[in-house]
Amino acid sequence: MMNEALASARAPAAGSPPPRAARQKAALALDEHVVEIVSDSGEGAQRCGQSLGSIAARMGNGVWTVEIIPAEIQPPARSIEGASGNRVRLGAKRMANGGNEADLVVAFNEQVLIGRVRAGELKPGCTILLESAWREHADAKIAASYVETHDRLVAEGYKVIEIPMERECRKHVPDPRRGKNMFVLGMLCSIYSLDLQLAREQIAFAFGKKNESVVRANVRLLEAGHEWAEANLEFKYRIPAVPVESPQVVINGNTALALGVLASGMEVCAMYPITPATSASHYLSEAFESVGGIVHQAEDEIAACAFAIGASYAGKCAITITSGPGYSLKQEAIGLAVMCEIPLVVVNVQRGGPSTGQPTKAEQGDLLAACFGSHGDAPKVVMAPATIEDCFYSIITARKIAETFNTVVVVLSDANLATSQQPFARPSFEDSWLAPPVDQSAVDEGAKPYDWDPVTGLARRLVPGQPHGMHTLTGLAHDRRSRVAYDPGINEEAIRHRSLKLAALQKSLQTPPVFGGDSGDLLVIGWGSTKGAIEESVERLRAEGLRVSSMHLMFLQPMPAGIKEIMRRFGQVMTIENNWSDRLEDELIDESNRRYSALAMMLRARYLVDVDCWSEVRGQPIKPGTIERVLRDKLKAKGRRP
Amino acid sequence: MNLRATDCVLRMMHEEEHDLESYQASIPRWCNGCGDNAILAAVQRLCRDEKLRPEKTVFVSGIGCSSRFPHYMKTYGFHSIHGRALPIAEGIKLTRPDLKVFVSTGDGDCCSIGAAHWIHAVRYNMNMIVVLHDNHIYGLTKMQASPTSPAGLKSKTTPRGAYLQALNPLTVTLGVQNVSFVAQAVDWLPEVVYDVLAAAFHHKGLSFVRIIQRCPEFLPQHLDPWLHDPKRNLLLTHENGIAISAGLGKVYKNQRTHDPADLNRAREIASVEDPIPVGILYRNPDVPCYEETRHLSVLTTPDRVRAGLEKELDKFTVWPQERRDEAR
Repeated sequence: MMNEALASARAPAAGSPPPRAARQKAALALDEHVVEIVSDSGEGAQRCGQSLGSIAARMGNGVWTVEIIPAEIQPPARSIEGASGNRVRLGAKRMANGGNEADLVVAFNEQVLIGRVRAGELKPGCTILLESAWREHADAKIAASYVETHDRLVAEGYKVIEIPMERECRKHVPDPRRGKNMFVLGMLCSIYSLDLQLAREQIAFAFGKKNESVVRANVRLLEAGHEWAEANLEFKYRIPAVPVESPQVVINGNTALALGVLASGMEVCAMYPITPATSASHYLSEAFESVGGIVHQAEDEIAACAFAIGASYAGKCAITITSGPGYSLKQEAIGLAVMCEIPLVVVNVQRGGPSTGQPTKAEQGDLLAACFGSHGDAPKVVMAPATIEDCFYSIITARKIAETFNTVVVVLSDANLATSQQPFARPSFEDSWLAPPVDQSAVDEGAKPYDWDPVTGLARRLVPGQPHGMHTLTGLAHDRRSRVAYDPGINEEAIRHRSLKLAALQKSLQTPPVFGGDSGDLLVIGWGSTKGAIEESVERLRAEGLRVSSMHLMFLQPMPAGIKEIMRRFGQVMTIENNWSDRLEDELIDESNRRYSALAMMLRARYLVDVDCWSEVRGQPIKPGTIERVLRDKLKAKGRRP
Repeated sequence: MNLRATDCVLRMMHEEEHDLESYQASIPRWCNGCGDNAILAAVQRLCRDEKLRPEKTVFVSGIGCSSRFPHYMKTYGFHSIHGRALPIAEGIKLTRPDLKVFVSTGDGDCCSIGAAHWIHAVRYNMNMIVVLHDNHIYGLTKMQASPTSPAGLKSKTTPRGAYLQALNPLTVTLGVQNVSFVAQAVDWLPEVVYDVLAAAFHHKGLSFVRIIQRCPEFLPQHLDPWLHDPKRNLLLTHENGIAISAGLGKVYKNQRTHDPADLNRAREIASVEDPIPVGILYRNPDVPCYEETRHLSVLTTPDRVRAGLEKELDKFTVWPQERRDEAR
């Protein structure tokens, strides 16, 4: 049995609920809060966190949720590395990143908690709501470990509140391991003053596929958790919300990618399972066929790319979705698509590298591979979504560019976007998103498959089935008629035209907007998933009067015009990236050998501007607080005009 | 054959006569006496006889001497990268079941660098003809041992003779689940090459045809024992197999009746490499084709995409509070 005295050490005794009036706690108004729910794998902390995010989004709060994923499918119970769950950042404004260290943590056991403490994810002195059942565990070692961890955390200044979650749940269900997450959801609804009716609806939605008794049991646990927190916890928060005025969708980046594929009118997605990209294909496998699409799981990454190339060649542009190691394997085939000018969209949901690296962790390590991968001169378009919403629209854009320019478009997402959720305006479908039907009309006799326009390098693609269009595509150097080129001049002519296509696209791109002021002391440039964190820190520093701005690049290759002019208006320029750059404080590192972060290297090479960089490769999204500190230091250091 | 009326009309509209020249592109750059020439001649004849529309026919290849094949056909062609012709052809066929798809591959392209795709192509069983041009050697890179080089064969990379037993493409293919058509021919019997290819063409599913061919440049005498001794060629005969002409039968008397429906017997025959079995080893028209299993009756139209997208978005939508009650 629970030790009553201990359980109520910090919370009032759990007896019969006090009269309603006594439960009216003054809710402390907050701008934002970061809450984490961590459990063993399979205890439902992820669902709890996602539900919390959805409920808060419906209330009109800004929300960003991040999955906490163990590397193994079934990590041992009560293990430090087995922490599974969700981080939910709730705010009064729109949230564009996962925020800083957690303000409040709900832990189902003390071991998974240790993992989060060690990772530096908890704010010093933050509130921890800890399942207290372990204190009384039959295994003395487990009980001792619990007490030791508890006492240490208390000594370290954390505000630990022990909660008899299992005991309370057992009053309503026979197996508290199933459903404890809904009890916790109820507690959190009370703590953050969320509408319980919305929570009931969320449960009905989440468990809708199962029978009604499951929904009822979960709602009962939700209400029990809510009631328990109302009666026993001394604190309560309220994060002001602006009620949503237009419909919002709450999805993660991979689902957004998959919906983008569906909305783009592409018909074939060829893939091979790889973390963290696969969930996009999982979702697409469910949804794609109803609109005439097919997900083909190929025998390997190379086959997936080759299959997509075959499908594109004979019909509409196809897509292949992968992550770093798979992207490496596809390189030769990507070169073929570039050489034969076959439209193709390749999504790389980046993870930690090199090699197997950190499969479930976020990194931006593949930018140079995306821009310069494959051998020889293989120009391709590279773009990077920066938000969950971008993940959706970038695929539609990528398909269009691929088909307009008969080229490969690489879309660089990452593990951070893949598993984070954020509400955004519900997309409203437009017919123009789709590709026209495949042209099967006869072409003029003698039509050339590569009739390159001398200015843009563009040529009309001839598709099998078109009378008089017969030709043989080849990965060998070729002329306008796709005949193998033995003449050095012809080889150069072909390379020149393929390269011109990037310039033609570049002329249609808009200069990226500057966030903050048009000029100043420091310009921060980023790409991909770091946008939210960079802009948040820039905003804070500007509020203090510091002259810092940021710019985020969606197109990395080609880069839009106007970037150099913007850089020139700032005293210093630096990139913030989630990839490796050598640190100048290391003994051997100096200006002559320092390896710069990928974007910094590209900017330095292109614009001859002394672009500095700061980066980390901790497998975690970069925190806005970290960026704030870095920028502050940079501003303090004496800068010179580049 | 059971054709719907519309199919009959369409077929009549599109059926055109083409002469051999209609399928001939540039002059082949293969060596004199190369077995590839015999295969090209047979395939061009087949296209003419089957009245294939050049614009509806696609030849896909990887890399190697044999993979030059599409350049010599006046159809659509895709000379791709080493080992990957099969997945490219699969992508084409899935998207465009209306196209006739041929794959030309060699013993290095198919059995070495593209071996994984070969196994899985047999599993997918898509309706296409795969011709393995097997000359037991890498020719384009100038004489290295291939997986089908017999043990002891001297090459630039095996100066003291090939170290390993040769891989047998027939037994491998016949060992894969979903195999539906396997046949073998030799380049010195052109009429059998043609008959086997014609049977492959009429089979619905992946037709795997291995053609043992000479490489006069790097292995000039290598196949002479079989070329000069008819007894070392075993002709497979059956009413469901290929017909042996009287002339051929007079010289090639080593014949054996083999029912192509018999998979176990096919494996047994395939495992004996001398004499070389020639003819249809296995045929099963009932194996489902991947493009049919996966093919959707649904066409991607703007209305359908809109409806599909709205339905999916509904699952994730957070409606404004005031609309909550309306929605219910």
